[in-house]
Amino acid sequence: MDRVKRTLAPYLLVLPGGLWLVVFFAVPMATMVSLSLQEGDVVNGFVFTGHWQNYVESLADYQTQLIRSLVYGAVTSFVLIVLAFPVAYWIAFYGGRRKATYLFLILLPFFVSFVLRTISWRMLLTDDGVLLHPLKEAGILPGDFQVLGSATAVIAGLVYSFLPFMVLPIYVALERIDPRVVEAARDLYASPVSSFTKVIFPLALPGVFAGVLMTFVPASSDYVNSELLGSSETTMIGQVIQSKFLSNSDYPSASALSFTLMAVLLVGIFVYARALGTEDVMKVAAR
Amino acid sequence: MTGRFRIGGARLMHIYTWVLIAWLVLPISVMILFGFNDPSGRYNQTWQGFTLKWYRDVFALEALTDALVMSLIIAVLTALIAGALGTGIGYALGRWQFRGAAGLNLLMFAAISSPELVMGSSLLSMFVSLGISPGPVTITIAHVMFSVSFVAIVVRARVVTLDRSLEEAAADLGASGWTTFWKVIFPILLPAIFSGVMLAFALSIDDFVITNFTGGTTETFPMWIWGATRVGLPPQVNVMGTMIFVAGVLIAVISNVRSRPKKRVAA
Amino acid sequence: MFPTDKPSPSLLRGMTQSRLGRRDALRLGGLSAMGAFLAACGVEGKGKPQASVAPDAVAKFWAGKTQKGQLNFANWPLYMDPKLPELKKFTAKTGIKVKYDEVIQEMGPWFAKVQPQLSAGQSIGYDLMVITNSVQFGQFRDSGFLAPLDHSKLPNYAANAAKSYAASAYDPGNVFSIPYASGITGIAYDPSKIKDPVTSLADLWNPKYKGKVGMFRDLQELGNFGLLAAGLDPAKSDENAWKTAAAKLKEQKDAGIVRNYYDQGYVDALGKGEVWITQAWSGDIFQKNVSDGTNFKFVIPQEGGTIWTDNMAIPITAENPLDAITLMDFLYDLENATTLAEYINYVCPVPGAQAQMKKHAAAASGEDKDFLLSVADSPLVFPGDAEYKRLHYYVNFNTAEEKNDFERVFQPIVLG
Repeated sequence: MDRVKRTLAPYLLVLPGGLWLVVFFAVPMATMVSLSLQEGDVVNGFVFTGHWQNYVESLADYQTQLIRSLVYGAVTSFVLIVLAFPVAYWIAFYGGRRKATYLFLILLPFFVSFVLRTISWRMLLTDDGVLLHPLKEAGILPGDFQVLGSATAVIAGLVYSFLPFMVLPIYVALERIDPRVVEAARDLYASPVSSFTKVIFPLALPGVFAGVLMTFVPASSDYVNSELLGSSETTMIGQVIQSKFLSNSDYPSASALSFTLMAVLLVGIFVYARALGTEDVMKVAAR
Repeated sequence: MTGRFRIGGARLMHIYTWVLIAWLVLPISVMILFGFNDPSGRYNQTWQGFTLKWYRDVFALEALTDALVMSLIIAVLTALIAGALGTGIGYALGRWQFRGAAGLNLLMFAAISSPELVMGSSLLSMFVSLGISPGPVTITIAHVMFSVSFVAIVVRARVVTLDRSLEEAAADLGASGWTTFWKVIFPILLPAIFSGVMLAFALSIDDFVITNFTGGTTETFPMWIWGATRVGLPPQVNVMGTMIFVAGVLIAVISNVRSRPKKRVAA
Repeated sequence: MFPTDKPSPSLLRGMTQSRLGRRDALRLGGLSAMGAFLAACGVEGKGKPQASVAPDAVAKFWAGKTQKGQLNFANWPLYMDPKLPELKKFTAKTGIKVKYDEVIQEMGPWFAKVQPQLSAGQSIGYDLMVITNSVQFGQFRDSGFLAPLDHSKLPNYAANAAKSYAASAYDPGNVFSIPYASGITGIAYDPSKIKDPVTSLADLWNPKYKGKVGMFRDLQELGNFGLLAAGLDPAKSDENAWKTAAAKLKEQKDAGIVRNYYDQGYVDALGKGEVWITQAWSGDIFQKNVSDGTNFKFVIPQEGGTIWTDNMAIPITAENPLDAITLMDFLYDLENATTLAEYINYVCPVPGAQAQMKKHAAAASGEDKDFLLSVADSPLVFPGDAEYKRLHYYVNFNTAEEKNDFERVFQPIVLG
C-alpha cells in the first residue's frame, strides 16, 4: 500500500499544475490552429472549413511585417550580446563579494511595470522633450530632428527591455567556469585576446545561446515598443496580430498570423532545445 | 590576474558596467521624478515645479485606484494558486524520477519560452470558441498558467540540493512520510517557495500583453496606463509606479539579506 | 525577478541536461492531433436576421427592471467637462451615482473588447456606452448586443432632439440608440509651426510637412479622407474607388509625409509637437485649447470632411438599464444639453440649445459672454446647410464581405 502511495505521489503532486498547463497552454494553441482554418465574421460566427487560404492571404499582406520583426529581433539579440557580455564578464570575474548586488542593480527595471518603463522612454525621447528640446535650443540638433518613429528607437527600446535577459545567462555560464581553467588558458596562450577567444568565449557560448533565445523570442513578438516608440514604418507582426484580434475581431487571419509566428519561433526554440537542452533557460528564467 | 592590460580592461569594464546600470535606471528615475512634478494642464511631460500633492491625492482617481486594486487582487490570487501548483510540480520533479517528467519539463519549457503574444491570443481563441466571457477570472487563469512553471523551477532547484539523509533520519525516528514532509522538508523549502510566490506576484502585477487579450473590459494597472497614454498620464500613475517599485525593492532586499547566511541556492 | 544569491556550484553540477528525444517529438505530434478534435468546433455568432426586433422586444427587455441608484458610463476622452457638472447635477436630482470612465478610444478595439463578454451573455461592467455610427455600430446592432429603448422613458428626447436623427440609416427610428453628439472630422494644425493657411486636404499631402502629418488609424476615417482627396464620394464608392484611395494614401505614406496613424492619441501628439497637422475631430481641438491654453486651429477642408454621430446605447447585458435610460433622457433636458455642448463643442443634437446658449451669453459678461456667443454661432456646434453640403458620411457596407474587403484594402496602410 505504502509503495503504491509512493509511486503515485509524484503524479498526484504534478497533476493539478500539469493539468493547468495542458488546459490553458496546450489546448488554447490547438484551438487557435482550429480558428485559423475557419471562415466567417464576428457577427454571424466562424465555422471550421479548413480554409488554409487564411494563411496565404495574411502572409501575402503582412510578410513585410513578419520579416521586419524577425530582423528587429535578431538585431536586438546581437546588440544585446555586445552590450551584455562585458558586464556579465566583469560581474562574474571581478564582482567579488558584490556579485549579487550588481545583478540586483541589473534587474532593477523589472520592479517597474514594462508599460510604464516604455512610456518613460517615450517621454524622454519625444520631439520636444527633456532630452531633445535643450539640444535643439542650443542648435546642436536641427529643429525637425526626431528619434521616435524610427527603427532605431524601436530597437533601442527592445534592447532596453530585454537587457537583463542577456546579462543573466551569460553571467551564469561564466560563473561556472573554473578559475583554474582561465589561469591555465592565460599560461597557454600568450595574449589575453586569444585566451578569451579560444577558452572563455567558447565556455560562455551556452549562456550566449540561452540569452539569444530569451531575447529573440520576446523581442520579435513584442508590440509595446513599436507601438509606443515607432511609427507606421516600423510596424511589427505583433501589432498586426494584436489589431486583428483586438480591433478587427478578424479571428481567423489573426490566428493564422499568430500561429505562423509561433511556428517560426518554435522551430528556433526546438532546434535550440534539441541541441543545448532546456536547463540554462529554465534556470535563468527562475531568477 | 596581474599585468597592466588586464587591470586597465577590468577598470574599463567596471566603468562600463556602471554606465549600463545608469542607462537601465534612467527611465525609472524619470518616472519617480515626475511623480513630484506640478504640471499645469492635463499633460505631465515637462518639469514645472516640485510638489507632494500627488502623494497626498494618490488615490484621488477612482478608476486608476480600482485598476490598481484589481491588479493586486489578481496578483495575490495568482501568487497563491501558482505557488501551490508550482510547489507540487517542483517538489515532484526534484525528488523523484518518474514517467512523464521529461514531457512535463518540455511543456514548462514551452510555456516559459513561448511569446506572450501567442499565449494571450491563443487563450482568447479558446475563450471565444467556448463562449467564455473574459474578465478577472480568465486573467487569473492566464497569469497562473504563465507563472506556475517559474515557481516550479525555483522550488525544484532547492529540492535537488536537499540532503536526503534528513528524510532518512526522520524516518528512523519514526516519522511518517507526511509528517516528515511538513515538519522537516517544508520548512527548508519555505524560502524557495516564498521566492517563487513573490516571482509569480511580480510577473502577474507587471503583465500587460496577456491581460490585454484575456481581460475584456477589466482594467488592471498596466491596462489602465496603456489606455491613458493617449490622453496624458496623470502624475498619480508615477506615484503608484514608484510605490510598487520601492515595495518590490524592499521585499527583495530584505528577503535577500535574510537568506544570505544560509547560502541559498539561486532563485 | 527577485534575485537572491548566486547559484551554488553543486546545483550547477547537479543539473542534468535534458534533451529533446524522439519520444518528446512524438508527444508533440500527439498535441497536434488534438487539433483534429478541435476542428469540430467553431465560434458561435450572435447575428440575427435584420427584422428581429420583435414588437414585444421593448416590453420584454424592460419588464421588471428597477432603478438601482448606480450606473457605469463608458465614454470617450474629451467628451465632458472633467469636473463632470452634468453628472453631478444628475446625481443630486435623482440620487443615482454615476461611475464615469473614459475607456473608449476607438471603435474597433472597443467592439473587440466587449464582444466576447456580450456574446457570453455577461455584463461588460457598463450600463451606458457612447458608440459611433461606424461599422461597429452595425456589428453591435446585428449581434443583438443593444437593448431596445423604451421611448416612453425618453420624454425630453422626444421634445428636444432634432427630428432628422430618427431618419438615420444606422438606427432608423432610434430603436437602439439616441445621439450623444455628432462631430466633424477635419484638419487640425498648429499655427505656430504652419504659417500658410490650411484649407484643403492637399495640405495633408504637402511634402513641406514631411514627418509631421498625422492621420487616423480608424479605417473608415482614413478611407474617407483618402476617397475625398482622390475626388471620390464615399457614399457612392466601390472597391475600385477604395483601391484608388488606398493608392493615394500609400503615396502619402511612402513619401514619408505621415508621422503615424493615431487613435485618440493624436491630440497628445499634436500637443507634444510630434505632429503639426493632423486629421482631427472638431470638438477635441477646442477642448484642448481651453484646457491647456494651446492655440490649435480646426478647419473643414474644401473637398469636404466626414460627419459622424456618437450614440448613447445600453448593452443588452447591462445591470442598471433603467438608471442608464434615465441619464440618457436627462442629457436631453434643454439646459443640460446646452451646458454639455458649451463645453465639448461638438455638434449638439438639440437645436433649441442654440437659443438657450444665447440666453446664457446674455446673462454673462466679458470674456464669458464672448465665448458663449462664439460657441452658439459656431458652425461646428450648430452646422448650417452650407456645412452639411461639404460633409460626408462613412462608407456604408451592405455585407460583412464588403466590410472585410474594405478592411483588406486599407489595413495594410496603417500597419505598414
